Amino acid sequence: MNAVARFIDSDFLYSFRRSPVAIISALVALVCVFGAILSPWIAPHDPFDLASLSLMDSFKPPAFMADGENAYLLGTDDQGRDLLSGIMYGTRISLFVGVLAIGFALAVGITVGLVAGYMGGTVDAVLMRIADVQLTFPAILIALLVDGVVRAVLPREFHEKIEIYVLVFAIGIARWPQFARTVRGSTLVERGREYVMAAQVIGLSRARIMISHILPNVLGPVLVIATLNLGLAILDEATLSFLGVGLPPTQPSLGTLIRIGNDFLFSGEWWVTIFPGIALALMVLSINLLGDWLRDALNPRLR
Amino acid sequence: MPLLEVQNLTVEFPTRRGVLRALDGISFDINAGEVLGVVGESGAGKSLTGAAIIGLLEPPGRVAGGQILLNGSRIDNLSRDKLRPIRGKQIGAIFQDPLTTLNPLYSVGRQLVETIQTHLKLSDRDARERAVQWLEEVGIPAARQRIDAYPHEFSGGMRQRVVIALALCAEPRLVIADEPTTALDVSIQAQIIALLRGLTRDHGTSVMLVTHDMGVIAETADRVAVMYAGRIAEIGPVRDVVKHPAHPYTEGLMGSIPSLEHRVERLRQIDGAMPRLTAIPRGCAFNPRCPKVFDRCRNDRPELMEAGVTRAACWLYARGAAHV
Amino acid sequence: MFAFITSRILQAIPVLLVVGFIAFALFAYVGDPVTIMLGQDYTAAQREELVRALGLDQPFIVQYAKFVWAAVHGNFGLSYRLARPVSQLILERLPATIELAVTAAALALLVGVPMGVYTGIRRNSPTSRLFMVFSLIGVSLPTFLIGILLILFFAVLLGWLPSFGRGDVVHLSHWTTGLLTVSGLKALILPAITLGMFQMTLIMRLVRSEMLEVLRSDYIKFARARGLSERSINFGHALKNTLVPVITIVGLQLGGLVAFSIVTETVFQWPGMGLLLVQSIGVADIPVMSAYLLLVAVLFVAINLIVDLLYYAVDPRLRLDRRSMTGGK
Repeated sequence: MNAVARFIDSDFLYSFRRSPVAIISALVALVCVFGAILSPWIAPHDPFDLASLSLMDSFKPPAFMADGENAYLLGTDDQGRDLLSGIMYGTRISLFVGVLAIGFALAVGITVGLVAGYMGGTVDAVLMRIADVQLTFPAILIALLVDGVVRAVLPREFHEKIEIYVLVFAIGIARWPQFARTVRGSTLVERGREYVMAAQVIGLSRARIMISHILPNVLGPVLVIATLNLGLAILDEATLSFLGVGLPPTQPSLGTLIRIGNDFLFSGEWWVTIFPGIALALMVLSINLLGDWLRDALNPRLR
Repeated sequence: MPLLEVQNLTVEFPTRRGVLRALDGISFDINAGEVLGVVGESGAGKSLTGAAIIGLLEPPGRVAGGQILLNGSRIDNLSRDKLRPIRGKQIGAIFQDPLTTLNPLYSVGRQLVETIQTHLKLSDRDARERAVQWLEEVGIPAARQRIDAYPHEFSGGMRQRVVIALALCAEPRLVIADEPTTALDVSIQAQIIALLRGLTRDHGTSVMLVTHDMGVIAETADRVAVMYAGRIAEIGPVRDVVKHPAHPYTEGLMGSIPSLEHRVERLRQIDGAMPRLTAIPRGCAFNPRCPKVFDRCRNDRPELMEAGVTRAACWLYARGAAHV
Repeated sequence: MFAFITSRILQAIPVLLVVGFIAFALFAYVGDPVTIMLGQDYTAAQREELVRALGLDQPFIVQYAKFVWAAVHGNFGLSYRLARPVSQLILERLPATIELAVTAAALALLVGVPMGVYTGIRRNSPTSRLFMVFSLIGVSLPTFLIGILLILFFAVLLGWLPSFGRGDVVHLSHWTTGLLTVSGLKALILPAITLGMFQMTLIMRLVRSEMLEVLRSDYIKFARARGLSERSINFGHALKNTLVPVITIVGLQLGGLVAFSIVTETVFQWPGMGLLLVQSIGVADIPVMSAYLLLVAVLFVAINLIVDLLYYAVDPRLRLDRRSMTGGK
């Protein structure tokens, strides 16, 4: 049996095909990802093209309502920007921040976890103590404070320009300890295995052993946690932007859109905030469901 | 009338690759006061038989056929509410690992009193007194002082004594002991078996003793059922099965017991392994490993038939069989 | 028992010192408080005077010691933004946040635990499936979106409940409470649901999975085999064993409520510490930020201690270690 046939027959794929929830979430997630990545080419309007905006078009309701226009499927916001296009661009930014933040957290977490687990002793004790202390605080609070500090340190204009990377940094810093702990746990197990001892006997450097021997063997569980954390990171970004300490209106993520729309909730223009909210909820829900399913499929005992 | 009658019991597990038949038409009786040993390799279906009788099969396992009668009335089709007064009061159970069968957060006294009061109308004080008596009876030293101790404060052997007290404290007619000594230290195993045998004899309780240890069966049981791949291979009085095994599988099993009485050059071993449930061969399930196999064994499945004093599921004993 | 508590408190001290150090570092080195407080135009003399007044000319270690000393006495300096003592600002806001968080916690526990037990016991019933779907949505919807949706339905469309503020409050010496007036109670409903929702679904899922795990255990099987009643098995034997791991996580989660109240307070313009923090971060008001950080750290340490004590009360295995160490049996 070749690799492809083995994969098709595997329990992994079987449990995927047997789970309508997994299939639907995968579809929704794919739609979100492609809609976001391709937004500059497939979005009906360009929300950043100021020349095409007209206040005449502001607060158009969605197309299915009485005053709606087909040109604006989900209506327009206070500036007359097409909401659907705004959501597509916003999803792009939200995903960008979420993925980069988790990537950053993974990089920090894996490094710390490998070093702590492999070196042991004082290094291990100190690193894990830091992780423990940080873990007692909710991630969103850490991200908020980090963002606040960076805001205080940097001049305003410069800060606005790089805010998106500040967010990546803040959210990544807030989420590394969990990865570090998982990697450390697996590393401790792997360190005692014979193949590691063999590598030590040959005289390979520590860095070499950690990266090319231990790392590939501890990656599995971390990637499952990363999936589950991606949804959370996207929510972190949305929350920060909603609180007004995230992305500015010139660079709106889904959270920023919801924040802007929130001001018009009472005057009846509910769609400005509800549609971005639904988009955010759908995307995170599908990622969470996929993560849940992945965890169950890879570890049937945890149900 | 036997105390317990199991007739044609079939247990199935629906799985991704079709339905697995874990027990395939098992029939046996247990009489009042009798000890029936059930032996076999792991996976033969010994423990499942016990679980099915007491109605504790783990889903998705289910009784797919046959019936189980206690005192002549069926218990395999009872609702949970109707089964509850039977568990503990009519049929008790002892599990393998005393480290995990006791609730760690309740004192042993509390677990005993709760069980006693569930089945017997006793005041708190009387139930507690009864609990102390049971702890003394199973040989817990200073029972009155230790009744409020928690399970983790006892050693493994002591815990299994507590488990036996819990299983017997409502005076059941039958107790199903599922590998009661497997998890224990070898030095304690004999004590626990002796305790179980003594107590059930005193109280007139029948025992279904599930184990893979033929030695334990030989010392304790009145009759023995040998299981293989979800079926009974041979059943009969323990003395006869041990001394003159009829089924080639039983014979192989007996050859693997070290004995002090007879000097044996070396212990014999049956070649091969018991088939998995997914790949049970046609005909007699034992035929690929059987030293006395012949054509019929590969095609027809034998039922239990008279084989001298015992009954064996083997074509060697079919009427008119020419081989031996 | 006493030794147990003492050791836990001793373990907490390094945590507090580390957090205190971060708070101090923020306070002393992030941003330039002098420039922020003096504004654009100032003379060198003014600047020097303020530096001396703030003690910024002293050695590092002295400044840190002074900071800790002042913090222990509840003195965190002046807010840059409001030019009022930070401790005073926080004390004013504290009751609003505490009332909100406690109500949300009660809601999360009183609804989340029974739902978790139910879905654990009857895991295939339609109601359980409904609860599970509900919980997934609860976990995936961001807090602020839940708040917005609740406002849209109950405040904007139905007009039943207020959408912002605390309503009328009653002053009880240093404490202001909204629990004694009708408008105060009405104003509390939506924020409490919003804040409690996430923890509620989390608690439900946690209790459910622990319950499933425990129900598969040997001692539950043995309890069944002894014919104990379903009631006793589910709510006595199973639930109590479920509590051991649940307490830890729930304790930490409830601590998280104070932090999450930042979001809820912003959505509902609830005049608590969270709203104060968000407003302070927007303008980099460092003294408020560092005071908040320290306060939350103290709160978490306290919650951890309570969790440990509860653990101790539920699980006899922890008690044994102590008894056998002192020689008793």
